[in-house]
Order: sequence, then structure tokens, then C-alpha cells
Amino acid sequence: MITREEKPQSLVERPRDSGMEQYLAANARAIQPSGIRRFFDLVSASKDKDIISLGVGEPDFVTPWRFRDAAVYALEKGKTQYTSNSGMLELREAISGYLSSQFKLKYNPDNEIIVTVGGSEGIDLALRALIEPGDEILIPEPCYVSYSPISSLGGGVTVGIETFAEDGFKLTAESLQAVITPRSKVLILCYPSNPTGAIMTYEEMLPIAKIVEENDLIVISDEIYAELTFTGQKHVSFASLPGMKDRTILVSGFSKAFAMTGWRMGYTCGHPDLIGAMLKIHQYTIMCAPIMGQIAALEALKEGGMEEKDRMVESYNQRRRLMVQGFRDMGLECHEPQGAFYVFPSIQSTGLTSDEFAERLVKEAKVAAVPGNAFGRGGEGFLRCCYATSITQLSEALERISVFLKKLD
Amino acid sequence: MNQFKLSILDLLKEDARLTAATIATMLGAAEQDVVAAIAEMEQEHVIVKYATVINWSKVDDEKVTALIEVECSPERGRGFESIAERVYLYPEVKSVYLMSGAFDLLVEIEGKNLKEVASFVSNKLSTIESVISTKTFFILKKYKQDGIIFEEFEDDQRLMISP
Repeated sequence: MITREEKPQSLVERPRDSGMEQYLAANARAIQPSGIRRFFDLVSASKDKDIISLGVGEPDFVTPWRFRDAAVYALEKGKTQYTSNSGMLELREAISGYLSSQFKLKYNPDNEIIVTVGGSEGIDLALRALIEPGDEILIPEPCYVSYSPISSLGGGVTVGIETFAEDGFKLTAESLQAVITPRSKVLILCYPSNPTGAIMTYEEMLPIAKIVEENDLIVISDEIYAELTFTGQKHVSFASLPGMKDRTILVSGFSKAFAMTGWRMGYTCGHPDLIGAMLKIHQYTIMCAPIMGQIAALEALKEGGMEEKDRMVESYNQRRRLMVQGFRDMGLECHEPQGAFYVFPSIQSTGLTSDEFAERLVKEAKVAAVPGNAFGRGGEGFLRCCYATSITQLSEALERISVFLKKLD
Repeated sequence: MNQFKLSILDLLKEDARLTAATIATMLGAAEQDVVAAIAEMEQEHVIVKYATVINWSKVDDEKVTALIEVECSPERGRGFESIAERVYLYPEVKSVYLMSGAFDLLVEIEGKNLKEVASFVSNKLSTIESVISTKTFFILKKYKQDGIIFEEFEDDQRLMISP
């Protein structure tokens, strides 16, 4: 029995103000809504139907019919049950085969793969399984908005590593080495990168792997955009580097390459000890990913599904070239994104901050793109534009931005 | 046909208004190469025409379309060629296909109204000497044509901004 004296201090001395915020845990109170969300609220408030959005980080393709049909058929057949906590064995085997053929990775479907509810759950599981209060999580920035808040929720201390346009927004061994301390535990990599579209080659990753090994780091490698590479350079998984498989938790999913965002189908792979710990968290919180989504994902990995993916990737590549050329033609510096589906032009020459530029662009030119500073250090002075939108819309957006820039002169 | 030309055709099939400059940027090619390839394909009748797919049901000027199965006897030496030519030269005829199976030609007719189509079938098509029989099917509604779905449910339903 707990006596009053033994009660934790925080319960006894909870401040008595009028709102409910007093009941929130300190770390839930401390994290901020993402910069993207803030900008979303601004755009939503305008209720202007004429706005062209380059702010959506998802394919404009509807999930290919053959995947949808597989899920519909499964429902008709009454497949509505729980699956194994790790996900259907058939799907894990298909993921294992796919990773082997595409990225030269070998994962045992029995104990090295979990099917998750989107890639985001995979990142959450990995961080929750690894972080102890005070551990340092190293994150190259600009980066996807979730890494830092999820790390903070676990009591971790996030350390941003700024990357630069002149380096193609790639992480360098020097900048990684410079931030390492005895508390450093996890490095989060996301290549191809959201928001910059940067990718890293095998040769560029080797010195990173050396530092990871020397400093006993674990790498969470977010490879959700692995299929979306465009310049002839095939994606290299960090886990495929010598000695890195055991140190890497690979996180990926079906949202981006297979146009399945709303299905929330992801997976995570790694050493059985790490995956085992993550599976415990997964089974007590999520139980298992939805079965109909797993069936659709299984269909995506079949031959016809991969053809659908290739068709979409080719289309993104064409739009990518159009956007890069478009921004360069209007005089903005724009490094060539080699992966994902974002361009990240610099707007520094306008003298406006990312926030000012993005807000004025919505109001005056009716084009919504996300301010680069929403993605952390190194993002200020840039704009994230997603080109997963029709050519007609992209051409119109480029025209509007061009007119807007001329007015700024 | 090389991959470069096929890519150009794929893009023009989706949007015939794309300029050679835009196509060149999208394919990472030189503009003059695109211009030359398009000219060549026009010359070779690979590209036959730049047309617009119209959902006529949205327009007051609605038309009646019918598909007609035509059974006919082929001519010695020329098979179905001359009869097909007799049929496709009529301006009312939108398409003609030689088919395998129970009938020979599938003919698509477009007219102002039902009466006009019926009159064409009975007075012109059926009276061609080698035509043995016809079966006419009126199209009640077009859901999809040339790979394009006419209903609006495939509109972009994504949020304005998302993470």
C-alpha cells in the first residue's frame, strides 16, 4: 500500500489551474506541434479552392486498383481477424524476398521483421526500444519532422547535425564526428531524404559506417523513399554496408513507392535482439497491423505490383526534371534532388525568411509549399516543394511562383 | 520504336498540349531531338492526330453513339479491306475494327439522335452488297474512354499540406 509520504512528488504538487494541461506529462507538454502543422493551419484557414498545393508529402496516384482489389476481395472472403503480432508470415517472407532482390539485404522473416502501422510506428518502436533518459540521438538536418519529438518523448537529447546545399545535403564524416560524445547512442539517417531529396552512395556512407562502429552507435535508417531514386544511382541501404547490418534498424513501408499512404503499412527489420524488444512494445500497443492492409501490401510486392511502382517512379522523375529546371530558370538556386519526391530550392536571394516567403506565396500567388525551417537546422532559406502533382498543376505553380518572384524584385 | 520515342508518345497520350520544350525537360533530353522525333512520328503516321477526349454528356450538344456488329462476306483477294473502306469513309463512322469471333466488323457510329443513327444503319450500312447482317447496340453511358475515367471520384482528395 502506498502512503501519502511515498507518493511521487509530481502527483502531490500538481498545480491547480483552470485547464486540463496540468494533468499532462511534462514531456508531452514540452514537444511542439510540427512546423508543417502550423503551416497547414494557415493554409486551411484561407479556404481558397484555387490554391495549388506542393505541400503534400504523398503520391497523387490513388493506390493502384490491383492492391485495392486484393483488399476488397479479402474482406469479401471474411478475412477480418488479427494476424500474428509480427504480421502475416506470407507478407514477412515477401518483404524479405523483396529486400534481398532490390537492396541485397538478408532478413529472416521469422524473427528479424515486424510489419508496422506505417513507417512512423517503426521509428517510434526503434527509438522507444533504444533510448534511455539522457541518451543523445544524432540527426542530420534538415530532416523529417518526427525524429526529434519522438526522441524527446523517450527522454533522449536530440543533437541536430546541419547539412549544407553545397554538399548536396549529405551527412559528412567530419560533421558527424564533431558532435559525438560519450552519451551519443543513436544516429538517424533518412536517405533518400525528406525534405531535400539527397541520396548517399556506398562510398559516401563508408566513412559514416566507420564512425558508427568506432563509437558503438546504433543506426535507425529510414528508407521509406528507397524506391524513389532517379539519376541512375540505385539506393544503397545502410544495413548493406560491411558490419552494419547488426547495428542498423531499417525502417520502411509502402506509403511512398506504392502510393499507399492511408493504409499505414510499414515494416522494420534488424537484429533479432532489437526486433524482439520492439515487438514487445508493438504487441502491447498496436497488437498487429490491420489484415486488409497487409493483404494489399502483399499484392504490391508481386510482379504486377512492382510494375505499377515502376510506372509511378518514371512519372515522378519526369516531374522532378520539370521542377528543377523551372526553379533554375527563374533564377533560384536549386540543387538536384536525386531521390524522394521533393525539390528544395533556395529562396535566400529574395531576402525573405522561409516563413515569410511561404506565407506570402500562399497569399499572393496561391501556391502552398512548406517553409524549409520546419525541417530543422539548415532548412532556413529553403522551401520544400513536393512534385507528386499533375504536370498541369506543376506548370501552373511554376508560372505563379515566377510571377511572384518578379513582383518581389 | 526506341524508348525515347515511346516515352514521348506516353506523354503526348496523356496531354497533347505539352510543348516540345517541356517534354525535353521532363525526359532530360535536348529540345531539338524531341522536335525531330515528333516530326518523324508525324511523318510515319505513328502520331495521326492531336485530339481532345470530351465527355459529351456534360455538354448540351449531346450525341448518340452506337456500336454495330457487322457480319459480311469477304472478297476474293482483298478479304475485308474494301468493305471496311466502304464503311469507314462515311463521316458518321468513328471507328471500324476487324474482329475475330461471331461477327466481322465492329463499327462505331455517332449521330445527332437515335433516328439519325438508325437511318444510317438501315439505309447505308445494311445496303452494302457484302453485308450479311447487322446488330446495333446504343451506348447509354460512357464510364471510361481511352483509359480516362469520366466520373469525378478520382479527383485529388489529398489534404493541402501534410507531413
